[in-house]
Amino acid sequence: MTTPVLSVKDLVVEFPTRHGPLTAISGVSFDLAPGEILGMVGESGAGKSLTGSAIIGLLDPPGRIASGEIWLQGERIDQLRGDDMRVLRGRRVGMVFQDPLTSLNPLYTIAEQLIETIRTHLEISVNEARKRAIGLLDDVGIPAASRRIDDYPHQFSGGMRQRVVIALALAAEPALVIADEPTTALDVSVQAQIIEVLKEQCTQRGASIMLITHDMGVIAETADRVAVMYAGRIAEIGPVKDIIQNAMHPYTSGLMGSIPSLTQEDDRLVQIPGAMPRLAAMPAGCAFHPRCERVFDKCTASRPQLIPMGTHEVSCWLYDDATAVAAKP
Amino acid sequence: MNAPMPEPLVEVSDLCREFDVSKPWLNRLIEREPKQFLRAVDNVHFNINKGETLALVGESGSGKSTIAKMLVGLLEPSQGTILFGGQRMRTDTSAEMQVLRKRFQMIFQSPYASLNPRWRVGEVIAEPMTVLAIVKDRREIQKRVDELLVLVGLSAADARKFPHEFSGGQRQRIAIARALSANPEFIVCDEPTSALDVSVQAQILNLMRDLQDELGLTYLFISHDLSVVRHMANRIGVLYLGALVEIADSKTLFSNPVHPYTKMLLDAVPDLAMTGRERKRVEGEIPNPINPPTGCTFHPRCPFANERCKREVPLLKAYGTGVASCHAVEEGRID
Amino acid sequence: MEQLSTFLASDFFYKFRRSPVAVGAFVVALLMVLAAVFAPLLATQNPFDPGSLNLMNGFSIPGEPNQFTGETFVLGTDDQGRDVYSTILYGLRISLFVGFSAVLFAMVLGATLGLIAGYTGGRTDSIIMRIADIQLTFPAILVALLIFGIAKGITPPSYRDEVAIWVLIIAIGLSDWVQFARVVRGATLVERNKEYVQAAKLIGRKPMGIMVKHILPNTLGPVLVIATISLALAIIAEATLSFLGVGAPPTQPSLGTLIRVGQGFLFSGEYWILLYPAATLLALALSVNLLGDWLRDALNPKLK
Repeated sequence: MTTPVLSVKDLVVEFPTRHGPLTAISGVSFDLAPGEILGMVGESGAGKSLTGSAIIGLLDPPGRIASGEIWLQGERIDQLRGDDMRVLRGRRVGMVFQDPLTSLNPLYTIAEQLIETIRTHLEISVNEARKRAIGLLDDVGIPAASRRIDDYPHQFSGGMRQRVVIALALAAEPALVIADEPTTALDVSVQAQIIEVLKEQCTQRGASIMLITHDMGVIAETADRVAVMYAGRIAEIGPVKDIIQNAMHPYTSGLMGSIPSLTQEDDRLVQIPGAMPRLAAMPAGCAFHPRCERVFDKCTASRPQLIPMGTHEVSCWLYDDATAVAAKP
Repeated sequence: MNAPMPEPLVEVSDLCREFDVSKPWLNRLIEREPKQFLRAVDNVHFNINKGETLALVGESGSGKSTIAKMLVGLLEPSQGTILFGGQRMRTDTSAEMQVLRKRFQMIFQSPYASLNPRWRVGEVIAEPMTVLAIVKDRREIQKRVDELLVLVGLSAADARKFPHEFSGGQRQRIAIARALSANPEFIVCDEPTSALDVSVQAQILNLMRDLQDELGLTYLFISHDLSVVRHMANRIGVLYLGALVEIADSKTLFSNPVHPYTKMLLDAVPDLAMTGRERKRVEGEIPNPINPPTGCTFHPRCPFANERCKREVPLLKAYGTGVASCHAVEEGRID
Repeated sequence: MEQLSTFLASDFFYKFRRSPVAVGAFVVALLMVLAAVFAPLLATQNPFDPGSLNLMNGFSIPGEPNQFTGETFVLGTDDQGRDVYSTILYGLRISLFVGFSAVLFAMVLGATLGLIAGYTGGRTDSIIMRIADIQLTFPAILVALLIFGIAKGITPPSYRDEVAIWVLIIAIGLSDWVQFARVVRGATLVERNKEYVQAAKLIGRKPMGIMVKHILPNTLGPVLVIATISLALAIIAEATLSFLGVGAPPTQPSLGTLIRVGQGFLFSGEYWILLYPAATLLALALSVNLLGDWLRDALNPKLK
């Protein structure tokens, strides 16, 4: 087996408060193979963005990694601090955020920002780097790249800016790109283009993508595997097609049913009652049990771990051999 | 088919709205620039029939929210008229407008900004009743607030709480209760679920449909999300850069779109069912609305554009049960 | 009761309790206010009732028995035999009364104009805010002096002492309304575009109702912060004016008047007539200012 590009083991993220620590991420583990695209999907408060921030060491204080390990290409990175972390973020992990303006410095031209990033990675002359930068912009679909490279970020439209951010994320040829809601702020007709560019360019360069989004449609288009997150835990993880067509966790199937379809007639949408629990009021046992229609006594008592089920892994007591019998009607 | 003649509740004709986006007077003087106007809504016609849901869909800059505001008297049209139940919509607070205001309401996009954080939920819901003087007795108001809270799936005890004690979905329920409190016939819903998570969105959409059936409401539903629109609407209007490019029955629009922009929008929606539906690559971005393209504003992105499209603004023409504005369709260049 | 217990459990109170500076400043400020309110009960004499004074007590040294009468005054006496401790209590009353009233006046005026400017926009906004800009180019003390001069010119001499305090309040208040107007206008510009205001407009609520019932309550947070900081500045402004001799009259002396009177004795060795009122003024202004600073940081989510 090849070493995974990214390996997260039992990650726990806590926010200390005066009433004791709140656990925002609670025992999340997953691997990301070279060249693979992993989708992290979930509703607000599921902890998907927090997982991304924890990996690149950008947790907002007072949030902190309480336990667990994060490995990048066989090297443990969760204990890196300061400059080591910045180097890691610049060279080995590329980042694309929801708002392109958070990744671009408004005071510098695109050329300056791209050339700087390229030269932290490769020891080449400015001229050489500029050529590469133009090539990158061409690759991400910026028309007339050789002319537009000297423009400032504000001179680009929203979609073009996000393309520039993708070029910037790929400039140092990272092994991993973390994309956190890269299309959420964009118009529908632009979203599709950006997703395509991101996927195409990463695949060509062999970079893995961790794609964090609330939009199941984007995941379906892009990802190889998907992790469905709920209340700081992974509810279900597996190949995209299997999860979409054959969801096993009651939360996943509820989530899929609540999305209005473009092709099917449906008078009523499936609705999951209630809302995601607040961190301060996390239910005991399975975090989803108060909203689950298939809940039984074991769910309220203890927390299910991920259980391998064919191609999926599911954290639900319904699939535990010892208890499943009791739950069947 | 012997359907009764649809009775229009809202009639919109020649609707235009311009915004002055000029720089301040001194800057214009120094830089010798003329005043600049943004035409947010350009010559829009449509009717909304009693009991139906008309959806307006469009991307940013399409003018959909501007139309919504004009329809409920929050914004004066630059040109054109809006008739509500045969009466002309205005922005003032004259006695006749106040009578008319009892009949329409609006549900806003943000469940956070649409409720005054300093007011108790009970006061928020009672406001339309008291201001429009529908119910005067305090005990009666209290009773009605309690009923409304239960109707939208909350409990009467919630009236004493403040908005920040509720989740996004619950707040949107409160906003719906407020919209219903004056017993309106017509509700404009401006992206009511775009700030919500999908599982909560499903709850709110189901609630809105139940209320429509129960109370016989008419909706104008504004959204950028085609799948939500398809779920909610009887008829759909597609807007591009302030102009209406196509209106059709919901089913027809999805099975048989006429306008190239409608087709492109449909192609842009991710294929969740993974049916392998055939889709074209989407090209280009929305132009700057301050400086829109000449002729048909869609021509720079349209694969069927020719010289006429660059020159001449297309008019809405009937095709089947719907209407669309496209030279290429009119000339039969697109099947 | 319910509101009290929610307040005691709130993050705001928690942060307050955890900040020694805030608690210290609050305690000092509270003691000052209590001392001013209960001055007649705490003072040993009414220093401005000539009947209660004994000239023989003049220049008593703090803490030592007077050489003629044998009476002891904790903080000494001035040339007239007034107990400095009692004059401070009464001076504190005047200083705090003028400070609070001036800030209240500035707040009401500034908030009203700011609200109208922000909500109405256009020409009304331009006119109000240009007046504010012009006023800001004059130092506050100059504005106060100007108003004071005008008031002096138009009131008959026999009334001057009576109206002096009110002129002082108006003078300080008028020099201070601009920042309230700016802050309220800024907050109003944000709030008026929020959807709850649209919802109120939609049902035909009149602008007055929207401004007072919807927008004003949502602008009060920053106003409270500014009011606290302004209070410290107003107290100092009052002291400055009184020190210059254009403020509180000697018949109703504030801390500033006491300092003015006291400085005459500084070089003849009776330091206490100046020192104790000055120290009181310093403690008062400092504690209120620290409290205001803390409040600003505590209510500003960005500084967390």
